[in-house]
Amino acid sequence: MQEMLRVEDLWLSLGEKQVLKGVNFSMNYGEIHVLFGPNGAGKTSLIMTMMGFPRYKVERGRIYFKGEDITDKDIYERARLGMGISFQRPPTVRGVTLRKFIEIISDGADREEIIGIAEKLNLLDHLDRGLNEGFSGGEMKRSELFQLMVQRPNLVFIDEPESGVDLENIALVGEAINTLLGKDKVKDPKRGAIIITHTGYILDYVNADKGYIIFDGRILCGGNPRDILSEVKKNGYRKCAVCR
Amino acid sequence: MSISKTYLSDIRERAERAKEKKAALGPDIDLSRYSQHIERERIESLESLSLQAKEAAVMAGIDVKEEVRSGSYLQVDHSVVYERLNKAYEGRLEIMSTTEALRRYDWLEDYYWRSVPVDQDKYTAQAELNMTHGYFIRVLPHQKTDYPVQACLLVAENYVSQNVHNIIIVEEGAELQVITGCTLAKRDAEGIHLGISEFFIKNGGKLFFTMIHNWADNFHVRPRTVAIVEEDGMFFSTYVLLKPVKSIQMFPVAYLKGNRASAKFNAILYGLKDSYIDIGSRIILEGEDTKGESTARAIAADESVIYSRGDLIAKTKDYCIAHLDCRGILFSKKGRIYAIPQLVSDGASKAELSHEASIGPIAEEQVEYLMSRGISKDDAISVITSGFLSLDIPYLPEVIDRNIKEVIKATAKESM
Repeated sequence: MQEMLRVEDLWLSLGEKQVLKGVNFSMNYGEIHVLFGPNGAGKTSLIMTMMGFPRYKVERGRIYFKGEDITDKDIYERARLGMGISFQRPPTVRGVTLRKFIEIISDGADREEIIGIAEKLNLLDHLDRGLNEGFSGGEMKRSELFQLMVQRPNLVFIDEPESGVDLENIALVGEAINTLLGKDKVKDPKRGAIIITHTGYILDYVNADKGYIIFDGRILCGGNPRDILSEVKKNGYRKCAVCR
Repeated sequence: MSISKTYLSDIRERAERAKEKKAALGPDIDLSRYSQHIERERIESLESLSLQAKEAAVMAGIDVKEEVRSGSYLQVDHSVVYERLNKAYEGRLEIMSTTEALRRYDWLEDYYWRSVPVDQDKYTAQAELNMTHGYFIRVLPHQKTDYPVQACLLVAENYVSQNVHNIIIVEEGAELQVITGCTLAKRDAEGIHLGISEFFIKNGGKLFFTMIHNWADNFHVRPRTVAIVEEDGMFFSTYVLLKPVKSIQMFPVAYLKGNRASAKFNAILYGLKDSYIDIGSRIILEGEDTKGESTARAIAADESVIYSRGDLIAKTKDYCIAHLDCRGILFSKKGRIYAIPQLVSDGASKAELSHEASIGPIAEEQVEYLMSRGISKDDAISVITSGFLSLDIPYLPEVIDRNIKEVIKATAKESM
């Protein structure tokens, strides 16, 4: 399998705090990787850095995507290259309706198909509301995945898909992630994802290939995501510190 | 039969006394600078206007082909040059100059200067003492127009004071849409536009009134507008200013006299260059179950100053409800916005009045969010700004919608 993403010796500080301390990893096209780790370990910072948000400026190290060094590229350039992100708490943009925004990012995609996606995600009633305006936790997640389905990135970062979502909606979100990544189809193997999860509930719906534990700005270990999750559930992250 | 001489002389006398009376708000203007009197020839169609005048009219929302308009009225400087009523509306709708209406109808005495006080300030006084027409539009009881009536008040010369007095009467159960474009054909002209507008919305009547201003750097504007809304009547007002202006000050008022009357004001204000903009809206709730809503979106770019005011005044002992929503974005370090909302409950113990006001920059978080979907920074700012200004406005001419986007595109990139 061909490599899609490679991160080499990534260092980042936010204010006084050293948040990432030499992160290295890579992933192939079509793979799903999961990041575990306690609060403040650097998980969200890592995906925000990879996506290119200006506040998360790389101090040292390089990021390669589809063979190209993207370390100094802008967010929208990375998005155009095929990266996408589902925010844990996206901002509200009043006045810009979900329908209008979908039209802007859809780049002439089939209108009926788009409405079909909105219907599947239970978002028809939200199309004429401002982006994330008064959306519940589950509605936000579904709206994020809706936008990404229209954007069609090759690699998508998904930050805590279960947070603020009730159990009934987790199934819908899980299903939407599988659709987004093309896992419900035999073809289309090129979409991959990096998912941050605290609870691991999403693993009941999404078949992940590899898991990592991030602790104190470093990747400590990698392996089968279900094994890692059961280990964390049993011993917490404290054992990771010892493992180091 | 024209209105009584006694009434006119009383009005004149009051105007004379207010000739030097400064307005409560806005910079004081020396009216003696603008004494040119310019008369113009009548024209056969709006398309026969000069290219410059046509462009100015279009930028103020005027459809020169008149394809989707019930009727048109055009005034250039001090002359009424064109009036046309679509044949389908003959006997249902009237369009003429106020001067003509005053000659024709003695009952106009019940409307002329009955809502706006002639002695409010020197500008109302000037509008009476040196009145240069204005439009009179009346829709007869229970009649509805399919398309808006358009009125264009155009200034084409230097040192002109255009003093118009407009009257709109929406008779019982009738419905009318009016687009008024006030505009300047000579872009470097110095001058002033004084517009008195008195609107009367009878029981169950509806008026959708859209005013688009297209002025320039050296031009002063002092409109004075009052709407009287009777039982079950509705007044929906939209004001759009997207071009520079030397100074503008206006504070239109809607009196909700009848039970269940309602009013909604929308204002889109885009301050450019060193424009001085002082614009508000006041809703006075006097009837039972009356409803008011006032929404303003202001963007200050360059060195512009914007005062965005809003007053909600409840005066009924019965239930009434009104909300004020006033937001601003500052695009420039040299710009200034003042958001001044005021709620007054005058013995109105059942009134529910509320407001939200905010001023801030465009949030970077929002821009980055849009960029993460593959949109460049400039485009993301344009999308957010367009969204900020996009109020749900019925009958807004498409050209204005396009113009809003163009202005944003030209200025938004300097904002962050």
